[in-house]
Amino acid sequence: MNQVVWTRLDGAARSLAPVTFTVLLIVIGMVPLGIPNFAPIMPALGVIAVFFWVVYRPDLMPAWAVFLVGLVQDLLGGGALGVGVFVLLVVYAAMVGQRRYLAQANFFLVWLAFVPVSAGAFALTWLFNSLIVDVLLAPGPATFQYLSTVAFYPCIAWLFLQVHRALIR
Amino acid sequence: MGVVKNPTGSVSRLTTPIKAWTQRFAFLFLVVGAFALMLIGKADTVLVERIRGAVGDAAAPILEFIARPIDTIGNTVEGIGELTELRARNATLERENERLRHWQVLGRRLEAENAALRSLTDMVPDPRLRFITARVVGDQGGAFARSILVNAGSRDGVAKGQAAITSQGLAGRVAEVGVRASRVLLVTDINSRIPVLIGVARDRAVLAGDNTGRPRLLYLAADIEIHPGDHVVTSGHGGVFPPGLPIGVVTQASETALRVQPFVDWAHMEFLRLADYKLPSLPLSPGDGGGTPGDRR
Repeated sequence: MNQVVWTRLDGAARSLAPVTFTVLLIVIGMVPLGIPNFAPIMPALGVIAVFFWVVYRPDLMPAWAVFLVGLVQDLLGGGALGVGVFVLLVVYAAMVGQRRYLAQANFFLVWLAFVPVSAGAFALTWLFNSLIVDVLLAPGPATFQYLSTVAFYPCIAWLFLQVHRALIR
Repeated sequence: MGVVKNPTGSVSRLTTPIKAWTQRFAFLFLVVGAFALMLIGKADTVLVERIRGAVGDAAAPILEFIARPIDTIGNTVEGIGELTELRARNATLERENERLRHWQVLGRRLEAENAALRSLTDMVPDPRLRFITARVVGDQGGAFARSILVNAGSRDGVAKGQAAITSQGLAGRVAEVGVRASRVLLVTDINSRIPVLIGVARDRAVLAGDNTGRPRLLYLAADIEIHPGDHVVTSGHGGVFPPGLPIGVVTQASETALRVQPFVDWAHMEFLRLADYKLPSLPLSPGDGGGTPGDRR
């Protein structure tokens, strides 16, 4: 009996690993690195995380978890509340339907699929932020952050892959 | 990888349509939740600020724990780089020191003169400034906001609206306060509006951020002349900021947009000083809970 409880607890903790790790990464991602001009192009970790987990393990990144990740990101960041949540939910909805083709594909192809998906995510973020402040925001900063997000995708995906191998059965 | 095995096959086959429907409904519910959050955020209620403060409080210890060693590593690397140019640097600094000593003499003389003139004209003295020094623990990355998290909050005397400055100039103002952490909205953020004075003529304007590195000057009078290189300082209008804090220089003087290059070195912002500046004689209405006249839209 006791062992059953422990096994279940262990299993629950392991299946929570993707969400926990994503939230932790978003918090750690806020540490000032002191690299000139890096803060504005800090890769959007939430978009990468939701894309990765929904493609490979959608059972471990359900919609409520996507909502939570977006909420943490929006509350920690100084930006408009709710926009990040909405954009991540859109990424989730877009990927849940397409993941069957991608889950079996090789890494390069998945990265290639990330390019348009994250472009859409950034376009949406830009649009909603512009709507909220009632001004058309300059597209420059968003474009640079988008490019850096695409460029950093492999590093972050590799990190998630290690988590997956180490913790999740 | 990625195929989900269902442990209870026969039961789930029956419940699958219901489950799918429930999931779709739940998803819709979450999307509506996201829009509700946007509305609440747009209304800019005290509640959102309080929640943000609490989240900042929770994250601050973790961030502080990581930020310290990263600062140390950065300083060590920089130190090694500086070793190679020690002699040249020393000579430059000696020259600069000489020049600054001259300015110090001048400054002392002007200070004395200023005090004498003030006493002569019975001018009301400026309130005394108290500074709270805080470490920068969080640097919100991203293209859509410019704000940072510092490890001082209400228990250290931080209050909403205080000016955050570095040795170079104004960095921003305190936007949200938690118990042990606060968020500073930088002058480059889209929501930042600061009343300023420009140049020797001290023309009034508002410095408005737009998420780019150089904020814009707005609401200028029609017939004033502004040149690139003019210094921009806080005006102190509104009684929130001390007047005369340096912000930056005008870089672009064209018909369409005037932009200001801030003095602050964003990459090396390890500590911030938060200026506790209270106007004791300001006739606030009784029961006014420290409301700050600010840049609320």
